[in-house]
Amino acid sequence: MNKLISTVSPHINQNTTTQRIMLDVLIALLPAGVASVIIFGFRALLVIGVCVAVCVFGEWAFEKICKKENTVSDLSAVVTGVLLAFNLPVSIPLWQAAFGSIVAIVVVKQLFGGIGQNFANPAITARIVLMTAFSGTMTSWVFPDGTSSATPLALISKGELTSLPSYTDMLLGLRGGCLGETCILALLLGGIYLLARKVITWHTPVAFIGTVLVMSLIFDKEPLYQLMSGGLVLGAFFMATDYATTPATKWGKIIFGVGCGLITVLIRFWGTFPEGVSFSILLMNILTPYISRLTRQKPLVGGERK
Amino acid sequence: MRLKGIRVPHKKNTADKAPVKMPLPKWVKIPMSMHIGKPAVPLVKIGDRVKTGQLIGKAEGFISAPVHSSVTGVVKKIEQLTVYGGAKTDAVVIETDENQEICESVTPPAVSDFDSFIQAVKESGIVGLGGAGFPTFVKLSVKDLSKLDAIVINSAECEPYITSDTRTMLDRTDSIARGIRLLQKYLQTERVIIGIENNKKKCIDKMQEMSQSIKGVEVKILPSVYPQGGEKVLVYNTVGKIIPKGGLPIDAGVVVINCTTLASIADYIKTGMPLIEKCITVDGSAVKNPCNVIAPIGAPIEDIFEFCGGFKSEPKKILYGGPMMGISVPSLEVPVLKMTNALIAMDEQEAKPPKTTQCINCGRCLSHCPLRLDPRAIAKAYKLDLPKELEALCVDLCMECGCCSYVCPAKRPLVQTNKLAKDKLKKYRAENNSKDGEAKK
Repeated sequence: MNKLISTVSPHINQNTTTQRIMLDVLIALLPAGVASVIIFGFRALLVIGVCVAVCVFGEWAFEKICKKENTVSDLSAVVTGVLLAFNLPVSIPLWQAAFGSIVAIVVVKQLFGGIGQNFANPAITARIVLMTAFSGTMTSWVFPDGTSSATPLALISKGELTSLPSYTDMLLGLRGGCLGETCILALLLGGIYLLARKVITWHTPVAFIGTVLVMSLIFDKEPLYQLMSGGLVLGAFFMATDYATTPATKWGKIIFGVGCGLITVLIRFWGTFPEGVSFSILLMNILTPYISRLTRQKPLVGGERK
Repeated sequence: MRLKGIRVPHKKNTADKAPVKMPLPKWVKIPMSMHIGKPAVPLVKIGDRVKTGQLIGKAEGFISAPVHSSVTGVVKKIEQLTVYGGAKTDAVVIETDENQEICESVTPPAVSDFDSFIQAVKESGIVGLGGAGFPTFVKLSVKDLSKLDAIVINSAECEPYITSDTRTMLDRTDSIARGIRLLQKYLQTERVIIGIENNKKKCIDKMQEMSQSIKGVEVKILPSVYPQGGEKVLVYNTVGKIIPKGGLPIDAGVVVINCTTLASIADYIKTGMPLIEKCITVDGSAVKNPCNVIAPIGAPIEDIFEFCGGFKSEPKKILYGGPMMGISVPSLEVPVLKMTNALIAMDEQEAKPPKTTQCINCGRCLSHCPLRLDPRAIAKAYKLDLPKELEALCVDLCMECGCCSYVCPAKRPLVQTNKLAKDKLKKYRAENNSKDGEAKK
């Protein structure tokens, strides 16, 4: 008889794996991906394809060069690729999308230790880098028919409220914006899937979106448009819930969400940029270690020993 | 506040299988350490003839337990055996006789007050049969009985597969009832709470029926969330109090006792027969006929599996106890111990260790920890060699229930790290104490 295996308890595990979690995120992103192709045309698929391919290749190549274990199969690079693509305008030159993908995977993720170790969200940081470097192409919103339109947030900040799309168009995503952020219906569907699969909890999205709602009610800034514009729903469900870069405790998540909401409205209402979701998430990423420390769950130590 | 936990598959396949006594094995191997504390000292030598129930190992020191022969036979050798935890202990190997005789010393003990009751429990050799193996008389030796508000009977049986406590509740109801009366009388406490998980309907009915005949007994139905039977969790969920860190249940005003342990005490007081046999659940993916077996302590586990029809596929991992907290054994030659409540044999697929990947910081470990620890932070502090941080993280509170490892998507060995971190903290404290001592000199 062969030797028996000896290991430390427990001897059974839940079947959830990192790969399964990432697959769930991809499934949740699928409706918004389909919507982006319908709304912005075939080029949306091309941008997503380039980002995913470069992210996966970047991770594979970096790990190969550094002689690290290959982690491409955990699908996290695919998720980063899709999220980055969702944060780009459909008309972005493909080389810029590829450049952003390298920034996301190599600089932000791998150089800090790979999955779970990076302190900033790779897709968000890459978007901000692209926005700073290529502000022209990053803010041109062209539809498949060649027309272009300002984003609803740009319209609000210019005070052109009469040109805003209808609420129905906003829900369906028929407005200017990054390719994966516009179809609120599809994003909510994905968000509900993530909640149902227990990949994320409600705390961050509710705190984030709730704060934006309350603040736009207080300052009377078109609350419903604020909720459905920009990258709020995409950010709140898919980026502000990233495991590595956000707090893990319930109260940590709530503080993170509220902080994101406050920074978002600060930039949207009074900043130079019309949109602030990316900056808010990145800033809160930086604060995450401190929030985690402050909100660490108190061990069940009980009272004094009698 | 609700304590967190996990939903594990129940797999109580053997709940309806009444235990069957296995035939006498050719030999038994009885270790001198089947309990927490100092090993017992062997009282027999090679060639001695021993009878069933005879004392063969004397308790040594305060926290220890005596050991009795489970068979009649001749001592063939006394060998070194690695039981678990890596420590070696003497084990008395007895070749069994065809004629089994009960030792003359087996007579009901005279019990009249608290002290004689504790003395009887001590001599019975009974230890925590839920799996912990803590000498029961130590647990019951409450210094100040006025602090005791309630006696909690642990009938949760939250580990997958195991049904030996279920069988105790169904088949030894009278013994439990007698045990409850004994505790009520000698611990001078009327309030008794029997905690049972809600997946054991028959046991709940049986215990409720019994509880009607004894004043002060309450059956508390608990959700089937692992680790419901963990002492700290059970105490919180039955009497609503938290056992303080480093303290004992009595610090929360309770004494916790497993239902099989209690039934064994009652039977000992009635007959004088010490703890020499155990009901064991035999199950797992490699076992042909999962069942409950009554086996003499020291019986080779190989014989027990054989009695259950053998293996349907080659076993790759065998556990003392359940899959969440059980201990994997090195070979099929190891004996049944006092606290063995189950033997689980896993086939190749079930035994295959999962592939460990990098931590993704998902926080599942900390959001499922019943004691609200942060295994992720503990692993980091352990790796960075920060004992002070480990102290702040209260790693010594960890009961190694395994929830964190179970839910980890990266399959990280968090329980193992917690164990190592506990050792590190212990060493750090010991060093600091000795430094303090020197400074005072």
